[in-house]
Amino acid sequence: MTKESDLKALMTASLEGDSNAHRSLLTALSGHLRSYYKSRLLRSGRTAEETEDLVQEALIVIHTQRHTYDPEQPLTPWVYAIARYKLIDHLRRTRVTTSDVPLENADDILAADDNAAAESQLDLAKLLERLPERMKLSLQYVKLEGLSVAEAADRSGMSQSAIKVNVHRGLKILTALIARETKA
Amino acid sequence: MKTNELISMLSSQVDPVDTREVVRNVQIAILIGAAASLLTVVFVLGVRTDLSARHAQIFLLAKLAFSLSIVVLASRFLVKYIRPGGEFGVRFALTVLPFLAAMIIAAISLAAAPRSRWETMVFGSYWIECLIAIPTVAIVPFASIMAAVRLAAPTDLFHTGALAGLVAGGVSATAYALHCMDDLLPFIALWYGGTIVLCTVAGAVLGPKLLRW
Repeated sequence: MTKESDLKALMTASLEGDSNAHRSLLTALSGHLRSYYKSRLLRSGRTAEETEDLVQEALIVIHTQRHTYDPEQPLTPWVYAIARYKLIDHLRRTRVTTSDVPLENADDILAADDNAAAESQLDLAKLLERLPERMKLSLQYVKLEGLSVAEAADRSGMSQSAIKVNVHRGLKILTALIARETKA
Repeated sequence: MKTNELISMLSSQVDPVDTREVVRNVQIAILIGAAASLLTVVFVLGVRTDLSARHAQIFLLAKLAFSLSIVVLASRFLVKYIRPGGEFGVRFALTVLPFLAAMIIAAISLAAAPRSRWETMVFGSYWIECLIAIPTVAIVPFASIMAAVRLAAPTDLFHTGALAGLVAGGVSATAYALHCMDDLLPFIALWYGGTIVLCTVAGAVLGPKLLRW
């Protein structure tokens, strides 16, 4: 850690146009700024990757606004005020809100609607109850659980052609039931 | 860009700078605002015609003492606030002192007067004119002061804006005092004080919007 008195001496020299002092000052301050921003960003739930952008932004301000430093005052509060001002500005500018999610991601959001999916499963189960047992089983095995016709035939003890017919008829009835349901 | 490269770039040519320039800018802006206010009062509203009377002179001095004490106090604070971190160690609350003093003096003069005189003492003859004139005349000084503050780098924009409004209101009231014929202490405390506070609130609201850098 560089001391206030050392930093202030460097600042006084750089205000008079000493570029070596200016380089030393900025180098020393960049270390302070980096540790300051790293801890503050993590505390605000941000990544440490934004640190270097902020360090550079603050260094540019310290350089371009060096005429706003009052040599009769200590240097550290001046640097700290700039660092803090730039941090608040950065956090405000990059605040994440739902409206910031790009449009092309809208489908992803809709696809991941767990709640609605659970509700339609419930409705379908109710409608299936109204079908004859053999149709219901055929639909459940083939359409809901994704078994092949042969597997469904094995499990239910029906023939493969019976499964096919039951799925076909069952879907027809089910479609009609759904149509009636949504009209009501 | 790497931070080391940035530092090399910034240190390649370092010109000497004048750290008092930001203060001088604000002082010049206050003078420009004062000149504009004075011209407006002299040529638009007109200077009161009874200035040879002793009574009028005493009350003009009372008004000037109030408004100038605000200008002096607030501008001393303002030139600190325009620097980053300048708000540390400045007792902003001290700006209420001139207002407090004016209110105490007004209360004493009211207490000494019969109740039937109170309404006249508070409202005078031209309170509406005062209410409109001081904030209106303050617009030009406020604009010039804010322009000068923008050349610096305040980090407490709310209080810096408030101080700019306070100085502008004080400058405006100082100029308006040359025109104002209401020679009553409670009137001065309420209408001068109230309109200057109004300017301060406007400055505080506008500060964060106009002074961002």
